[in-house]
Amino acid sequence: MSSNKETPIKTIGFVFLVCLVCAALVSVAAISLKPLQQANKLLDKQTKILEASGLLTLALKTENIKASGSEPKSIVATFEKYVEAKMIDLDSGKIIEGNTDIFDERADARNAAKSSKLTNDTAGINRRANNAVVYLVNNEQGQLNTLVLPIVGSGLWDLMYGYIGLAPDLNTVRSLIYSDLKETPGLGAEVLNPKWKALWPGKKIYNDSGEVAINVIKGGAKAGDVHGVDALSGATLTSNGVQNTLHFWLGEQGYGPFITKYRSVASEGEMN
Amino acid sequence: MSSDTKKVLFGPIVDNNPIALQVLGVCSALAVTSSMANALVMTIAVMLVTGFSNFFISLVRNHIPSSVRIIVQMAIIASLVIVVDQVLKAFSYQLSKELSVFIGLIITNCIVMGRAEAFAMKEKPGVSFLDGIGNGLGYGAVLMVVAFFRELFGFGEIFGIEVFKLVQNDGWYQGNGLLVLPFSSFFIIGLIIWAVRQWKPEQVEKD
Repeated sequence: MSSNKETPIKTIGFVFLVCLVCAALVSVAAISLKPLQQANKLLDKQTKILEASGLLTLALKTENIKASGSEPKSIVATFEKYVEAKMIDLDSGKIIEGNTDIFDERADARNAAKSSKLTNDTAGINRRANNAVVYLVNNEQGQLNTLVLPIVGSGLWDLMYGYIGLAPDLNTVRSLIYSDLKETPGLGAEVLNPKWKALWPGKKIYNDSGEVAINVIKGGAKAGDVHGVDALSGATLTSNGVQNTLHFWLGEQGYGPFITKYRSVASEGEMN
Repeated sequence: MSSDTKKVLFGPIVDNNPIALQVLGVCSALAVTSSMANALVMTIAVMLVTGFSNFFISLVRNHIPSSVRIIVQMAIIASLVIVVDQVLKAFSYQLSKELSVFIGLIITNCIVMGRAEAFAMKEKPGVSFLDGIGNGLGYGAVLMVVAFFRELFGFGEIFGIEVFKLVQNDGWYQGNGLLVLPFSSFFIIGLIIWAVRQWKPEQVEKD
């Protein structure tokens, strides 16, 4: 390399120029692709919520895809038609005002002003956001068909994010869908296996005295056990994580207050 | 295509493979090879980054002050990696979710930096670009072979399509738990290196 380019001014000038060009390239890419990325993220979320409520098959029916033009459009249309998002305050269980579209549970949980540190942190999440968004999935007549609740808790490697769908009695499980996890493929990640997911529908969360009774049982649940689901073989810690997550979120520290309130209001009439 | 171009483009697949011969980029070869789809996307991403970083670095090679050349190369490579990551998030969200951090970690893939330093700093942009693509192909070839064995014997699938029915799904095949885990790639890469060196003894290092 020739020596004439080794003056400090030239070096600094060159580095500055490279940085400028690179920064411009990165910014253009980030900004121009942002709308697409956000649409993807939202679509992913809506897909999981529909899956948790059992409506995904409806959205993916050929005639519905044809009617809306494409698969993503059909998912969005189905979501908008049947799903009602509500912001709630977890401690009181009351429905509150808030923009459910921009609510970000993960950001809130990191924000000291919008979350609280847990003393009894059974789910292993450290901080819990004060608010949450719940999804009321209605049937054709506009009555509640499935309540979809976002859940999060520690698995073996990292937090596992997912949704649990409850029938209108808010006790019977419709589905347990994980959307985001880093568990070991073939072992812990088997929570995504359709066969394991199929064990959940029909199980009961609460026992007769109203306590969370759903359990993931190592070695297999007894036949007829409405509260027991087989644990995943070779994935004890992930299975424990699933159980702890459910106990936390369906108990008093999670959606417990909301569920109690919803039940009492639902028995009298309209909730709002 | 002249024989020189051919050598630059296809040489790295067997004769001068970045993983098997140069032993670069092994870390990411462990992480993303649990399924063939992941490995394929990773291959394409690395190929594009290596190709374009080689191209741009070669374009300015006569102006890069040697005192800061590594940092300049890093800046160019890092920018390209971010662009690839953003594009993937925009057009293939599911895959980007699965590959997560490993796309970002292409920055630290020794192949990219190694080719920039060893080739692009000396050669013209066109041939440097081909060298980058070629090394991406070589990297990808090993990745695909590793992923083939890991996905087939670990999960009983190829590109997500069931080949052996797993015991979990009422089939007969018990997935190999070792191949599911990243470090099993070490064995497969080791066997690949052995096989290639049996075939091409000139690659064996002299004692």
